Amino acid sequence: MFYSPDFRMLSREISQAGPADVERALGRKRLQLHDLAALLSPAAEPFLQKMAARSADITLKRFGRTTQLYAPIYLSNYCTNRCAYCGFSADNLIKRKCLTLDEAEQEAGILHDRGFQHILLVSGEAESAVDVDYMEAIALRLRNKFAAVAIEIQPMSTEHYRRLFNAGITAVAVYQETYDRDLYKTVHLSGKKRDFDYRLETPARVAAAGMREVGIGALLGLADWRAEGLAIGHHLNWLRREFWSTAFTVSFPRMRPAAGEFEPLQIVSEANLSQLIFALRLFDPDVGLIVSTREEERYRDGMLGLGPTRYSAGSCTAPGGYGKSDHEGEQFSVGDHRSLDEVCAMIRAKGFDPVCKDWDREFQISN
Amino acid sequence: MLTIAGTEFRSRLFLGTGKFSSSAVMAEAIAASDAQMVTVALRRVDLDNPDDDIMKALSLRDYTFLPNTSGARDSQEAIRLAHLARAASGSSWLKLEVTPDPRTLLPDPVETLLATEQLVKDGFIVLPYMNADPILALKLQDAGAAAVMPLGSPIGTNQGVLTDFQVEIIIEQAKVPVVVDAGIGAPSHAAYAMEMGADAVLVNTAISVAGNPVAMAEAFAKAVEAGRAAYLAGMGQRSKQASASSPESGQLSSDLGFLS
Repeated sequence: MFYSPDFRMLSREISQAGPADVERALGRKRLQLHDLAALLSPAAEPFLQKMAARSADITLKRFGRTTQLYAPIYLSNYCTNRCAYCGFSADNLIKRKCLTLDEAEQEAGILHDRGFQHILLVSGEAESAVDVDYMEAIALRLRNKFAAVAIEIQPMSTEHYRRLFNAGITAVAVYQETYDRDLYKTVHLSGKKRDFDYRLETPARVAAAGMREVGIGALLGLADWRAEGLAIGHHLNWLRREFWSTAFTVSFPRMRPAAGEFEPLQIVSEANLSQLIFALRLFDPDVGLIVSTREEERYRDGMLGLGPTRYSAGSCTAPGGYGKSDHEGEQFSVGDHRSLDEVCAMIRAKGFDPVCKDWDREFQISN
Repeated sequence: MLTIAGTEFRSRLFLGTGKFSSSAVMAEAIAASDAQMVTVALRRVDLDNPDDDIMKALSLRDYTFLPNTSGARDSQEAIRLAHLARAASGSSWLKLEVTPDPRTLLPDPVETLLATEQLVKDGFIVLPYMNADPILALKLQDAGAAAVMPLGSPIGTNQGVLTDFQVEIIIEQAKVPVVVDAGIGAPSHAAYAMEMGADAVLVNTAISVAGNPVAMAEAFAKAVEAGRAAYLAGMGQRSKQASASSPESGQLSSDLGFLS
């Protein structure tokens, strides 16, 4: 079982790093966790340009001049958790909706027609609305339309993940939100999600079920982002050793305005976010790094090729939002409103190939 | 001429099609490389779609299309993908890749051998990507592989032929062509593999992420030709002791006194 180091110890380790530690980390071929700590530290800030250049080199060599593209489909915004920061939180008075199988298929059809081959199915955490049977039924309907179908829903058992894998689900994203155990309790006010350890063990259950890819991450804006980055490094390190045949990705959801008007507890600037992305790229040359439409187009354009490997595009975060123009009941408002075609045009203009298909549904047929 | 499964190849440089900035650049680089064999990841293309970007850019009249099973974790997945590729493309050529570790993408010897045995029975022309293990090369050859493709170093690392002491043994023992695949990061690496007697090399990352992929493709073509020519010309032995390139006449006595 993964043991998450004490969060304050992580913060302290990072704060003790000096310029010499940063330079040593930058000179190393294979970075260790203490190197990651140095690169996440304030002492690394003057080295941001250098980190960006190394991150770009590593990313280019490993992933080439390509950027993968995907879009989310929000299935349901029902949620039984009360999370202080989330637009779907149970006590927020928003219009609730759970798509029927037909409606979900219609939404998927719209994305398919727009050119998407990789999709991410997202929902709030409410078993009564979205359970394993519902997800399995959707997966079976969508598997022939898309090259890859990923999910971001409530944590499940290994057995349920295995059912979904056999139904055609490729990947699972489950973010810890914060690796700060104490803060976790204060922002997750009630609901199943309050169990820090069950959530922390979820990536291992996903990998044990045979899923091809597991996404981890922290919600930026809750606790010290530097320590979150180091905790992610620890988690990734442990997962890599335990599940050597699973691919891993890290996402960087930075808090956006949402219903409930929760103010971020920490301000994470674009420079901070960039430092986090470069540090993780240097630490793990092979990990997929995802930047979603939460970020604004100027930032996403600037970061292209410097470390991230996957972008979402043309996203709507409300259930049924693609089929209609009003986006009531969304989880958060996006920062980049461009369509897939517009994002592809930007990627091409920067000398990269927008990749919509990098998997094949045939991998997903169980033996 | 290089012959694999009865097909002749003038060019001994095979190209991968991944990581290019666009399909247009890819097509141009392939043309400049003079390659006649190109490999395409099945996961990246939609063979049923006539408008597929990559497939449209490749003129298959000019090249032998070598689909690969990149992404397959075990023999079953690779076999399934191979059959699909053949059904969609009509070609039996296959670059078999079974890489269960998504990080290093090193090939699984056990599953690769199992898949080769099955796919040969199913009538495929199988070119397995393998670690540079001489015994495995012999077993794959016995299983009916049309060529073997030992790696120089892990894929995408540009580290060159780090496995040369093993590749040399493979070349010495093989009855089928040996194509050095993966890790070739510079034209000098390609020349080195060819000087050793490799029948061909497969290059991708070094060309696709070069500052000028088209010029780099040309450079590789020249290096492969030079390396092959050197091999055929009979390379001098490497020795740890110096030996003069123009021996002094006194040492090679012309009166042959020892005969008397």
